Amino acid sequence: MRLEPKPAPSLGVLLLYPLGAIAATLVFVSLLVLAAGASPFSVIWLVAKGAAGSQFAALETLTRATPLIFTGLAVAVAFRAKLWNIGAEAQLYVGGIVTVVLGTGALPLPQPVLLPVIAIAAMAAGALLLLGPALLKTRFGVDEVVTTLLLNFVVLLFVAMLLEGALKDPMGLGWPQSSKVVADAQLPRIVTGKRLHYGFVLALAAAFAIWVVMKKTVLGYEMRAVGHNPEAARFAGIPVDPVLMKTALLSGGLAALAGFSEVAGLKGNLTLDLSPGYGYSGIVVAMLAMLNPLGVVAAAIFVAGIFVGADAMSRSAGVPSYIADVVVATALLTMVTAILLSRFRVRWR
Amino acid sequence: MEALDILVTTSFWVAAIRIASPLIFATLGELICERAGVLNLGIEGIMTVGAFAGWFTVYSGGDLWTGVFVAAFAGAAFGLLHATLTVPLGLSQHVVGIGITLLATSLTYFTYRLALPQVTSPPKIEPFQPLPIPGLSQIPVIGEAMFSQTPLTYLAFVSVAVVAWVLYRTPLGLAVRAAGENPSAVEAQGISVTAVRMGAVMAGSALMAIGGAFLTMSAFNSFFFQMVNGRGWIAIALVVFGSWRPGKALIGAILFAAFDAYQIRLQQLAGGVLPYQVFLMLPYVLSILALVLVARRATYPKALMIPYQKGER
Repeated sequence: MRLEPKPAPSLGVLLLYPLGAIAATLVFVSLLVLAAGASPFSVIWLVAKGAAGSQFAALETLTRATPLIFTGLAVAVAFRAKLWNIGAEAQLYVGGIVTVVLGTGALPLPQPVLLPVIAIAAMAAGALLLLGPALLKTRFGVDEVVTTLLLNFVVLLFVAMLLEGALKDPMGLGWPQSSKVVADAQLPRIVTGKRLHYGFVLALAAAFAIWVVMKKTVLGYEMRAVGHNPEAARFAGIPVDPVLMKTALLSGGLAALAGFSEVAGLKGNLTLDLSPGYGYSGIVVAMLAMLNPLGVVAAAIFVAGIFVGADAMSRSAGVPSYIADVVVATALLTMVTAILLSRFRVRWR
Repeated sequence: MEALDILVTTSFWVAAIRIASPLIFATLGELICERAGVLNLGIEGIMTVGAFAGWFTVYSGGDLWTGVFVAAFAGAAFGLLHATLTVPLGLSQHVVGIGITLLATSLTYFTYRLALPQVTSPPKIEPFQPLPIPGLSQIPVIGEAMFSQTPLTYLAFVSVAVVAWVLYRTPLGLAVRAAGENPSAVEAQGISVTAVRMGAVMAGSALMAIGGAFLTMSAFNSFFFQMVNGRGWIAIALVVFGSWRPGKALIGAILFAAFDAYQIRLQQLAGGVLPYQVFLMLPYVLSILALVLVARRATYPKALMIPYQKGER
């Protein structure tokens, strides 16, 4: 078999492919639900209701989407330049560490100054963490996939070490957790009494800013050129290595903001379960959004809805909540296939 | 010099060989995929599937070798999915690989919870027992370390020899290596690059899954979440470290495992001086350092990660 490019289809036809991907995902997951002895229709209904069926549910979905927007943006930026940052998880935790270190009273600053200072410091830490693998890539030719993946494990162990040592909460009754950040280092809630916080607004602003960078600036153009064909980009006079460095700084900084926003906006302290894999889910978010920064927002809300909805469904229908991770992973694989099939025709022989 | 005394104890080398075994399977599996031109980042998830499938088969009443077979089959099934998306469809091997890892891992956890909804501590099975080889296991230190292991460890060493023989001494091996170096030459011989690559990814994935099964059926006796714990990613580093050669990869895996066994013993020795997490970090840091060391002279298979379309150059 072989692939032949297709003439650009109309927008209506183009939308059929993602819909096909969603349908394929639903069919596969329905089979799993049947295996679990539940009815697919009632499970899908319960997931939808759990994700968006009430004000509480919808706000919870947006709360869960916040870190995913940041990690999704981090991955989208990096993958656009074909910098394979699989280490958003580690960068997120580094952002969380900095937020706790600076937010527990180390800086006697008023809130309007303190929060930006912490956010920038967190970004710097995440950026530096990715700069290492990026430098190893450009200087020594070390594949960044493996180094960023391995750093995830190193950083998580480092967090465990801090939580039993330097950052241990003296009032924590032995639990591996840090102290809470002070009130001035907390992002305010958007709706009083609800969990949604201004980290979400920051995430939206970040998505718009990245969209501007990618579409309207020279750097964005250079990143796309490097991702498209590094040799051609070099030939055209684009400084490939410096562009990769800037991409790494941007990507690492964005992922670290997820950690900042989770600690300062939601959890208040650092624990070993600060992220249930937001760094890895960010890859799915970015791919579902076809690496478009504004699409990342929609994809993050969709993925967050699946997680929040599945949690609610699991409690009432008895289907293990891991089904959400299956949905998200399946959606990733079906979507990349659908995008390919929208551009190429499969010819047998 | 207590720290150095560890190195001459038999139990240390027994542990090193045991720790090396799953890595040998996984590294060989990844090596076969990459030699054919496909980076398989599904490895971490495929090992998780193998760990669960093997253990669950035995838990449900199958015998141990059936468990190994089921694990290999499950691994090959995910390999087929990976290969279908990356070889004929030519999708990004990075994205598909991560997707396979996410899918395989989540499907495993889902199935585990479905099969055992209420368990708090993971149920145990009767794992493979050490099988001392008469005569050879009497040799001091080395004999005991090498020849009083479980049958799966012997299988790991046999696999290295078999893979090396197939890769370098058979037409099939030549086709696999050529598919990763110069696929149009393979096609010119009338051999389908697509078939060779897909077969290599499935065979490699089966080996990775056996590596996972080693964890639940030989090293331990039950299945835990996150038990693969980055071993797949370490195997990818070991493939580079072993410059895509089975023999060198074997040495790399044993060196790595010896280091891992050593840090566990140092933890006990230096307890209280340094946090234990520092020691646990060392294997991952070592993998990164090893990659940096060999990076300059690493010669990747030339067609690695480059999709092949018949009639295109």
